[in-house]
Amino acid sequence: MAEFELKKYDEIPIGGVITGGATPELNKTGDWRSERPIWDEDTCIQCLQCWVNCPDASFEISEEEIQGIDYEHCKGCGICAEICPVDAITMKPEGEGSEDE
Amino acid sequence: MASLETLAKREEKKRKFESGHSLCSGCGLPIAVRTILNSTDGPVVASNATGCLEVATSRFPTSAWNIPWIHNAFENAAATISGAESAYRSMKKKGKIDKDVNFLAFAGDGGTYDIGFQSLSGALERGHDFTYVTLDNGAYMNTGIQRSSATPKGASTTTAPAGEEKYGKQEKRKNLTEIVAAHEIPYVGQASISHLQDLADKAEKAIHRDGPAFLNVLSTCQLGWRIPPKDSVKVAQKGVDTCFWPLYEVDEGEHNITYEPKEKLPIKEWLEPQKRFAALFKTGNEEVIEEIQEDVDEDWEKLQAKAS
Repeated sequence: MAEFELKKYDEIPIGGVITGGATPELNKTGDWRSERPIWDEDTCIQCLQCWVNCPDASFEISEEEIQGIDYEHCKGCGICAEICPVDAITMKPEGEGSEDE
Repeated sequence: MASLETLAKREEKKRKFESGHSLCSGCGLPIAVRTILNSTDGPVVASNATGCLEVATSRFPTSAWNIPWIHNAFENAAATISGAESAYRSMKKKGKIDKDVNFLAFAGDGGTYDIGFQSLSGALERGHDFTYVTLDNGAYMNTGIQRSSATPKGASTTTAPAGEEKYGKQEKRKNLTEIVAAHEIPYVGQASISHLQDLADKAEKAIHRDGPAFLNVLSTCQLGWRIPPKDSVKVAQKGVDTCFWPLYEVDEGEHNITYEPKEKLPIKEWLEPQKRFAALFKTGNEEVIEEIQEDVDEDWEKLQAKAS
């Protein structure tokens, strides 16, 4: 859970309005995860099914191609691994088989 | 109609719905919301009825929305967006705004089928130019899985639980898509999170049509349906392939079926993976499954007749 400063009662905007748009940096849901998806770039056929089916918008894309996974927000639901038509995504228990941490 | 690449291009340009919301792992709602918001290029303003989507995406001071978005109450998502749309029309007439803005309302099945029904019906009749999206997961999931009039027959909920006397909810669900179609509005679509290209196509039609449009989207709830989060999309697919949830549209009064299952699966295949239907598989309840199958077959035949 990201830290944010608590506002005093007279600092809270009227109606509890959030003025700055989305705040993904304040709610890093990656720590919900018990299994992490591992994406294999070489097997991937860039069909974008994982990207479109991800509840947490956690597939990083550029030029309409998958670049990687945003582990700060991925909750590890495993839908991507289920849906991938070429098994380019596998679920591994947290702490095992992850190269980037 | 926009391909997945086009949707991806739009999200690269602007993430209208962000990660960092608190919806459950494997929830179907954000899948539908992202696809709907990516189905249009233009500016969008949305209202949201009370429900999981509203609560989990707007916990102060966090938000998942990069569009102007308002929560008012449970019953009035349609009334709130009617007001916003009327103000926009007036400002446009006076030359205070020159953008073309699209208006959306999001609500769950509780906020639509039950609590928000009169405000929806009123807004449809007044002919506001907006799209109302129901994300139907078949119960009041946010408050702890109470039955709604969208809960399918046979499902166990906390207010219609399976026990020694009863197998769960006794009544057949309300056919809201047809009820809304009876308002004779320009566009009505029924879609599912298992068919996102179909959903994107319908959303694009609905959003860009003048006058009111309505989308009813089957969305999964891993908690209330008692399914593993990873199976979310696949279970929704069974709903479509058994014709429990046919994908179709009512375009200017014409029914079109937009997806015909290659092989219509028996209803058991939709019921069995969901533990909310577990009591139906106990000895003595075989005939309930038969009744559900008969209901589904009858509705599918009626729909086919309307579409032919």
